[in-house]
Amino acid sequence: MTTATPLDIAAIREQFPILSREVHGRPLVYLDNAATTQKPQSVIDALAGYYSTMNANIHRGLHTLAEEATTAYEDVRKQVAAFIGAPSHREIVFTRNTTESLNLLAYTLGARLRPGDEIVLTAAEHHSNLVPWQLVTQRTGAVLRFVELNDDQQIDVDTARAAINANTRIVSIVHMSNVLGSIAPVAEIAEMARSVGATMIVDAAQSAPHIPVDVNDLGADYVAFSAHKMLGPTGVGVLWGRRELLADLDPFLGGGEMISVVTREESSWAALPHKFEAGTPNIADVIAFGAALSFLNEVGMDKVAAHDAELTHYAVERLSRLEGLDIYGPADPADRSAVIAFNYRDIHSHDIATILDRSGIAVRAGHHCAQPLMRTLGVPATARASFYLYNERSEVDALVDGLLEAGERFGFERGA
Amino acid sequence: MAGNREAQNPVDLDDLYRDVILDHYRSPRNRGARDDASVSAEGFNPSCGDEIQLSVAIINGELSGLGFGGSGCSISQSSASMMTEAMTGRSIESAREMSQHIQQMLTDDEFDLDSVDLGDLEALSGVARFPVRIKCGLLAWKVLDQALANATGESVTDDSDIPTRVTSG
Ligand SMILES: Cc1ncc(COP(=O)(O)O)c(C=O)c1O
Repeated sequence: MTTATPLDIAAIREQFPILSREVHGRPLVYLDNAATTQKPQSVIDALAGYYSTMNANIHRGLHTLAEEATTAYEDVRKQVAAFIGAPSHREIVFTRNTTESLNLLAYTLGARLRPGDEIVLTAAEHHSNLVPWQLVTQRTGAVLRFVELNDDQQIDVDTARAAINANTRIVSIVHMSNVLGSIAPVAEIAEMARSVGATMIVDAAQSAPHIPVDVNDLGADYVAFSAHKMLGPTGVGVLWGRRELLADLDPFLGGGEMISVVTREESSWAALPHKFEAGTPNIADVIAFGAALSFLNEVGMDKVAAHDAELTHYAVERLSRLEGLDIYGPADPADRSAVIAFNYRDIHSHDIATILDRSGIAVRAGHHCAQPLMRTLGVPATARASFYLYNERSEVDALVDGLLEAGERFGFERGA
Repeated sequence: MAGNREAQNPVDLDDLYRDVILDHYRSPRNRGARDDASVSAEGFNPSCGDEIQLSVAIINGELSGLGFGGSGCSISQSSASMMTEAMTGRSIESAREMSQHIQQMLTDDEFDLDSVDLGDLEALSGVARFPVRIKCGLLAWKVLDQALANATGESVTDDSDIPTRVTSG
């Protein structure tokens, strides 16, 4: 079978040491990329390299190591800005993860809300873009409103219009769903938010790894994502915000690094972005994240997106031929990227995951940190396969075989 | 480490999915709440969403019937189904004891399978070899402990991460 992927998968796979390991005596088939991705050797080397050659605290030392570490750390900030088309590296704040970026926004923006103000989310939010806003409503009396899914299980302009009105102060939506794989029309929704004077926030945790994300095209005010879902290490998140908006926000955490002048009574804040980076940051992992971005740039995000789309298309096609297999999300594979949530026969997704694991295949099972979405879909849980640039068609074939085996174990004939 | 142990003694899916377990999953026994329940309890695994509701009829200190509801994976649901069968007719004391044995079997490497007569419940022993599934097997038994504690007016201390709740039947 010819593959339409634009990538040299064999060459890419060689750079990920973990992909040559075995699990239960079978080659690892890693299809849990929406949870976290694997890391190339260059990222692992950058991490070890930092500790072996330049470890020092940044922004405060006057010695050579401190200077080198500070430069390396700040260079990654510039890399991130370029990666998402941000006009200035001062608009890039490093956090721990998407969750912390969203909490920063909920805490600081939330403090300005009054009873009756409305925060618009979608039916597909990850808990990290839901729970922080629930906390805000408890503190302020603001209320949550939800953009519902349309009949094709997508967020569209019409369902968004139904939720956004003159009381809307904040619109915070998931760009690419970690369950449905669908991509929301963010630019149009941002336009609606602007027209009512609301702040527009985008959870790009799944989109930034899989499709080119340009903050200018999105028209958003803030964008959040995590390094670990895009070949980078754990412990690094990004918050991008428009400079004038970030400048106007109060700090989130107080402490060292984020101040300018401190007296016993009060303090003034450091310039952007340091105002939002209290304490010693995750220097080593930020530096290693730089290597991940270089890797993605070398491959090219357009090609990553094309590869993920092609493989997803192939997987949807093969999976939907299995009798008793339900796929959630948009019907047309062209409307989704890299993520396929499904249920098979009446076999619980945990049993599916255990059985696949015995064949070396890693998938996720459960509610995917999106319990309200599970309720909307009317299922307690699903299995989920998610792809990245190193996955190939033979791994989708392995998944299909594994599912047939699970079916047999639960007493179904090996059809299809 | 886990790899070494596995190399010496390979773990097979057949250890987990014994015929008895699959049979109880496909044809659960005692499904549904009991009208004559003296106590009931429920519990769930927040990490995976498995849930069990249990109702127990107790007459003169004896479990005269158990019924269960809920949803979840084959291990959680068949463990509950097998439990309702195996506990019927036991005294509160003996049911408690068996619950302790099963929980030890699932969590304690040193547990000696020959030390107690477990009957069909022995089929659950394979679950212990699948660490991420142990909490699925435990759920029904944690809920039983809660229900029985309610019957005797005691409280159970549980340091597992399974939240359980008791209600009077
Ligand atoms: C859509 C979406 N938003 C937010 C998150 C949270 O990311 P993190 O756990 O890195 O904060 C995830 C990842 O699980 C996600 O898929």
